Amino acid sequence: MLEVKNLSFVVNADGVEKQIIKNVSFTIEKEKLVCITGPNGGGKSTLARLIAGIEKPTSGKIILNGVDITDKTITERAKLGIGFAFQQPVRFKGLQVFDLIKLAKGDDINVAKACEYLSAVGLCARDYIDREVNNSLSGGELKRIEIATLLAKGSILSIFDEPEAGIDLWSFQNLIQVFKNMRSNIKDSSILIISHQERILNIADELIVIRDGEIVELGKRDTVLPKLIGASAPVNACSKLV
Amino acid sequence: MKELDPIQKRLLEEVAGLHKVPVGAYNIRANGESAGRVSTANIEIVPKEDGAGIDIHIKPKTKNESVHIPVVLTKTGLREVVYNDFYIGEDADVVIVAGCGIDNCGNQDSEHDGIHRFYLEKNARVKYVEKHFGSGEGKGKRILNPGTEVYMKEGSTMEMEMVQIKGVDNTNRITTAELDKDAKLLVRERLMTHGDQNALSTYVVKLNGDGSKADVVSRSVAKDNSYQKFNAKLVGNAACSGHTECDSIIMDNGNILAVPGLEANNTNAALVHEAAIGKIAGDQIIKLMTLGLTESEAEEQIINGFLK
Repeated sequence: MLEVKNLSFVVNADGVEKQIIKNVSFTIEKEKLVCITGPNGGGKSTLARLIAGIEKPTSGKIILNGVDITDKTITERAKLGIGFAFQQPVRFKGLQVFDLIKLAKGDDINVAKACEYLSAVGLCARDYIDREVNNSLSGGELKRIEIATLLAKGSILSIFDEPEAGIDLWSFQNLIQVFKNMRSNIKDSSILIISHQERILNIADELIVIRDGEIVELGKRDTVLPKLIGASAPVNACSKLV
Repeated sequence: MKELDPIQKRLLEEVAGLHKVPVGAYNIRANGESAGRVSTANIEIVPKEDGAGIDIHIKPKTKNESVHIPVVLTKTGLREVVYNDFYIGEDADVVIVAGCGIDNCGNQDSEHDGIHRFYLEKNARVKYVEKHFGSGEGKGKRILNPGTEVYMKEGSTMEMEMVQIKGVDNTNRITTAELDKDAKLLVRERLMTHGDQNALSTYVVKLNGDGSKADVVSRSVAKDNSYQKFNAKLVGNAACSGHTECDSIIMDNGNILAVPGLEANNTNAALVHEAAIGKIAGDQIIKLMTLGLTESEAEEQIINGFLK
């Protein structure tokens, strides 16, 4: 399904080179839900953006179903079957929720079909279908609409960048259910979720832990999760304080 | 009604959404002449004596009726100034659809200056839709200079939707309004300029009565080398509330000048203005690209939504 080979990403900030992703390699098999976790600033979101094509790697390869997509554009990757849900969903003045779902689906769907995707993320479709995707929507509402666009798109690999960020507790309960449903309908596809939430990690098949741009743990959930929960912190305590 | 040629029919569809003769009262003007006019029991359309326009009288309490007064120009070099006066009786509630389409295939400028004056009596309600459109490959310019004056008596409401999306080379739009007690004015302007087009839009809204309200919102896109100036002034002369907003997307070498103006002459006048100009946000384009759109398709969708 997805192979990431020796991927590195270096940025140049004010003349100083900083390596955000350091020679990372892993594979996501078909019909698996994989979670990437790890401390803030460790490179998780960057890795997701590299896979979606929003950032270009400095070196390494990304292969999707045997096709090298390293040099492909965001659009080409989307057409090849990569879906990406933003950590902070984008707002649009004028574009309505229905427009966005229609664009995601890629054909002229009717309102009833669009409503199904909204209902799946726990939104009362009738109240939202005509709303503008602008500042009038709360962070949690936007987040759910973002996930609905991904459901509508129907990707081979759906990537969610911290879907729990900005979602209230009540919505979080629904969110877990959305992912459980996606997991049970995963046929011929895979899901990659960047998350800090134990309850999301709990529904994963495999976990990847990234710290300082490197993979520090990788394996089946039952093997990796106990190590994370058992540890006092997923990151070494600040040595100056110890 | 006179038979219109295919280009005139297409223009009519663009500016008034008309495929055939409209229901209700109408006056269709084509190349400087009346191409059809129908009055109804409640709405009377009378040509002015000097021929330069029409008077539209809408009886008090007329409800759920509409008036269409589109103008189409397909003759190069034609320049006209037309005065249309609307008298809307007490408690009437009507829809007025105007609009002008110019197709200029020649090398001389074509120009239509439509001056519309609206006199709203007590508690009258009007929804006014005005669309402007230009087409044609000729070197002659397509020029539209609409002037709109609105006089609103106590409790009346006017909702104006002004749209100019394509093909008009030069526009100088001037809209003025005077509001008595509890009158309410809502303006939604949508404007897109491209090529070397030039569009000026000026509003002067005088809130003269207590409880009067005005909300003037413009959304615009300036592409290529086009220039826009939005100048909206609200004058608060009573215990009133007013809001004006100019929200613009600038592309290529476009140039936009927003000049919001507020003048309060009464301590109970509450006036607000907002203005924002910027390019399309990069993350909006990226989001739509992740859904499979190309960069230019994404831009098009964002602009379509913005001007909807």
